[in-house]
Amino acid sequence: MKKFFQRLKNHSRIAYFSFWFLLLFYFVSFFADLLAPYHFDHQFRNKPYHPPTKIHFVDSDGNFHIRPFVYNFVIDDPVFRTYKEDYSLRHPLKLFVKGDERRIFFFFKTNRYLFGVDQPAGIFLFGTDTYGRDIFSRILYGGRISLSISLIGVLISFTLGMITGGIAGYFGGITDQILMRFVEILMVFPSFYLMLSLRAMFPLNLSSIQVYLLIVMILSLIGWAGLARIIRGMVLSLKEEDYVLAAKSLGLSNWRILLFHIFPNTFSYTITALTISVPGYIIGEAALSLLGLGIQEPYPSWGNILSSTIGNLRVMGDAPWLLLAGIFIFVVLINFNLLGDALRNVLDPKNW
Amino acid sequence: MKRLICKRLLQIIPMLIGMSFVSFVIIQSSPGDYFAQMKMNPEISPETIEAMKVSFGLDRPFIVQYFFWLKNICKFDFGVSFAYHMPVRTLIKFRLKNTICLAIFSLFLSWVIAVPLAVLAGYKEGTFIDKFFSTLAYISISLPSFFVALLFVYFISKTGVLPLGGTRSIFEMNASSFVIFKDYMRHLLVPGLVLCFVNIGGLFRLMRNNFIETFHTPYVLAAWARGLPTFSVVFKHALKNALNPMFTILGMEIGTLLNGAALTEIISGWPGMGSLILEAVLSHDLYLVMGSLVISGFLLIIGNLIGDILIAFFDPRIRLT
Repeated sequence: MKKFFQRLKNHSRIAYFSFWFLLLFYFVSFFADLLAPYHFDHQFRNKPYHPPTKIHFVDSDGNFHIRPFVYNFVIDDPVFRTYKEDYSLRHPLKLFVKGDERRIFFFFKTNRYLFGVDQPAGIFLFGTDTYGRDIFSRILYGGRISLSISLIGVLISFTLGMITGGIAGYFGGITDQILMRFVEILMVFPSFYLMLSLRAMFPLNLSSIQVYLLIVMILSLIGWAGLARIIRGMVLSLKEEDYVLAAKSLGLSNWRILLFHIFPNTFSYTITALTISVPGYIIGEAALSLLGLGIQEPYPSWGNILSSTIGNLRVMGDAPWLLLAGIFIFVVLINFNLLGDALRNVLDPKNW
Repeated sequence: MKRLICKRLLQIIPMLIGMSFVSFVIIQSSPGDYFAQMKMNPEISPETIEAMKVSFGLDRPFIVQYFFWLKNICKFDFGVSFAYHMPVRTLIKFRLKNTICLAIFSLFLSWVIAVPLAVLAGYKEGTFIDKFFSTLAYISISLPSFFVALLFVYFISKTGVLPLGGTRSIFEMNASSFVIFKDYMRHLLVPGLVLCFVNIGGLFRLMRNNFIETFHTPYVLAAWARGLPTFSVVFKHALKNALNPMFTILGMEIGTLLNGAALTEIISGWPGMGSLILEAVLSHDLYLVMGSLVISGFLLIIGNLIGDILIAFFDPRIRLT
């Protein structure tokens, strides 16, 4: 493992950085309860479409303060929802502030978060949406849903793909024929259309946990086919190797050979493929939520934060900060792509 | 060549059958059926519904129903949409035209831009130009199509240089066909550019790798050794062979293009297949969903077929086997 990291680092510093960056992203969204200044459902009814709060070091009189502070924003024009800063009172930024009680992972309770400011001012790093909910907090919480869906989805579809591909390649014959025809038929459909049709099989209004599971299911059902085909090809050539013959002559069962002798040799490919295919799952989840078929309000996901801007040019013009969720998707995707590319080279036995 | 095409055409048949069967199963297992909404309507008597069920063959077993339906779609009869109250065929025909126009436009544009840039980057491998375009390509493949579309729409709505939504804004009766065409193209530009931007990165990266690979082969070295001019080596020897794998991609490209197009269409308001299937899913219009699904699969199969024929056309090695 240590050697692997060293190689990754030597191969590409950027990819090494991407790895830690992604880990940080997962960490941050995992601990969103502690890090987000507000709960994702906390509504500031008097502050819809609040622009991102500016963090100041210098006050309106030109005096410098070591401790950063914000001003309260008051509505200037209630019709066009324009805000201006109220310079009368400084609200310094505080670490580990007290607030409403939240539950972390359903067990622990906490009422202190990483940072915040005193009421009535608010710290909205990325502004607020129609209901006056803090976009920054929603993005952190949304990351938890978007990133976990993609990770679970990818794991399920890779398990499915490896099992099907392994069986088809190893046993061959009629099993192979049937499985591969099925895979081909699944691959005939453009994934977006298949995704929507599968979604149409279920009622539109489901509870949030049902929707979550449904999205995981749909995404993994779409994703496994391509992998199964490649794994089949690999198993087909690997089963001719001498060590498989050796294992056979030792009297090991087929399953044992497949699981412990053939699969480990496909790992260098599968790990790369896994990294490269995570973006597809993130996009898939975001697309479904964006269209209102995925994660439902009030739960945030990177897709449904963006969804209020679709077909609503006024919202988009008034509150362009809603698009910031897209930047998060982009940043995660580019890091996955960078890491995947580097892994492909690092894990390729040709380059050892 | 002829044999190859015939063989590929024959291979399509089981795929079409499998595809239609999967679509049928998906739709049949959805909650509610075609008559669920009619039963709500007090003006339609239960007897009428029964009679209709018999005429649609819906009282017969599952597999018979499937063949009944298959017979109908062979005549391009996909049933009636109950949200629009018109045949699914009419709806799809109009939308399909738009989607195909969009796909071809962006495909053409992205190839025309990506291939020369990739040759340039591959030829100057490792230089600043190469790194610059490769970074851009990286950004392009990592940007989700819906996000690019949203940014574009935002930009357009701020500046107002191009029209958004729909396919035309000139409704004069006596407008000449050229004016209508120009208007159509102006509307096509927003979704087309978005899609092109999203696609270009992948194409560029692939083409660059292909080109670099061919550029280091012995026959290119031989061409240099014979003292051929740079132009001839790059374009006649290296490029020609580097392009071959790209045609295989062309088929797959149709699939990614359709996926990207769907979201782009929805966001930029282009009335294509993507927005159609979304509306169908949202209004639970099962026959329309099924029709769109079948047509999209059909498009993908045709795309793959065209890719295969093109590669056979350009690569004698495949043509002869």
